[in-house]
Amino acid sequence: MADYYNYLIVVLLMVMGLYIVMAQGNLVKKLIGLNIFQTSVFIFYISTAKVSGGTAPIVIDGAELYSNPLPQVLILTAIVVGIATMSLALALVLRIKRAYGSVEEDVILEQDKSC
Amino acid sequence: MVRARDLFATVMLSGIYGLLSASFFILMDAADVAFTEAAVGAGIFPLLMLTVLTSVGRYEAERRRVRYLPLFVMVVLAGALFAAVLQMPPFGAVDAPSHGHVAQRYIQDSPAEIGIPNMVTSVLASYRGFDTLGEVVVIFTAAVGVVVILLGGRPKTPQQSTQALMAEHKVLRVVGKMLIPLILLFGLYVQFHGEYGPGGGFQAGVIFAVGIILYAMLFGLSNAQRVVPLGVLRWLVALGVLIYGSVGLANLVVGGEYLNYSMLASDPVTGQHIGIILIELGVGITVASAMVLIFFAFTRATRSRDELEE
Repeated sequence: MADYYNYLIVVLLMVMGLYIVMAQGNLVKKLIGLNIFQTSVFIFYISTAKVSGGTAPIVIDGAELYSNPLPQVLILTAIVVGIATMSLALALVLRIKRAYGSVEEDVILEQDKSC
Repeated sequence: MVRARDLFATVMLSGIYGLLSASFFILMDAADVAFTEAAVGAGIFPLLMLTVLTSVGRYEAERRRVRYLPLFVMVVLAGALFAAVLQMPPFGAVDAPSHGHVAQRYIQDSPAEIGIPNMVTSVLASYRGFDTLGEVVVIFTAAVGVVVILLGGRPKTPQQSTQALMAEHKVLRVVGKMLIPLILLFGLYVQFHGEYGPGGGFQAGVIFAVGIILYAMLFGLSNAQRVVPLGVLRWLVALGVLIYGSVGLANLVVGGEYLNYSMLASDPVTGQHIGIILIELGVGITVASAMVLIFFAFTRATRSRDELEE
């Protein structure tokens, strides 16, 4: 079991993030939950890249074993793309606030029903 | 984090969470990723969130009881995922399937083929250059989307409020004045040192943007816009993607393949070097200007709302 603790952490973070997205009514909090979910995927990829006894994939003298650079590349770009798409979501939240006067799910749904 | 009604506290906690995940990444040998996560998770993300909070309010509405259905679904999901991950190779396994195939080739051949020590940069900019082009286009599109959503369709609001968010904090201003040039300088270092150490266009762009955003927060949006006007930023966001794409086309012109830089110089390794420096520059320009543009759009949107309410 000790060899699998990285997956344990990833799964816990993932369901925590997903729970926040589903159960919270505040749109800002939903996005924070989504961010946690996203980070759990990042940690999953990076943890599969780790090789015991390896070092960071930058060539240095005396190093024989390197960790896998490929997942690191994928996640490196995913983080920056993630913040860009997250800001798109935040922009939508700002517009919702402007249109409905609230960022609470209940209030928005109520207003939608009444009109 | 779930319980706190104060969204400010939640945002601060998520900043700390970003810094913590950056240290996880360092521990797992991913220096480049940790760099990015530290600048994004503990830098840009909380800053954007705080700007949004000035508009949506600091406190959320009174919460109702715990929702049992999602909780139940999550417990079941967690159980299923736990059962699934036990089939995965153990943490740190040398013979894990993901380390075979192309990864071996990248590790063994990239120093000779690309000629730069940082394998992450050579995979990012050269082997998977087309993929990275796609990512840069996504960032560009997201920035365009934010500008359209927040600034589109409304007449330009006159810049009345020159008051900075934190103008009254003397200590912050003095410390900020000393730090901002260093942050910008560090951003440039990360940009041009990315082939040898951890770094590159993505990290440098984010770090550079944090410096300018900090300036805007301390000295006011209108001052920051005098340094980097919105119009210039719009051009820069597109310019970065354009540089990236044109390097690809230049390869076609000299008779190579799209985004294969070997033909750019007489010596393939030198060609790769030139290509990587150019496209990293494109990435850096797009990322930095996209982040600053997004922040400016957010600040303007929240600012004009407040003026309307008054």
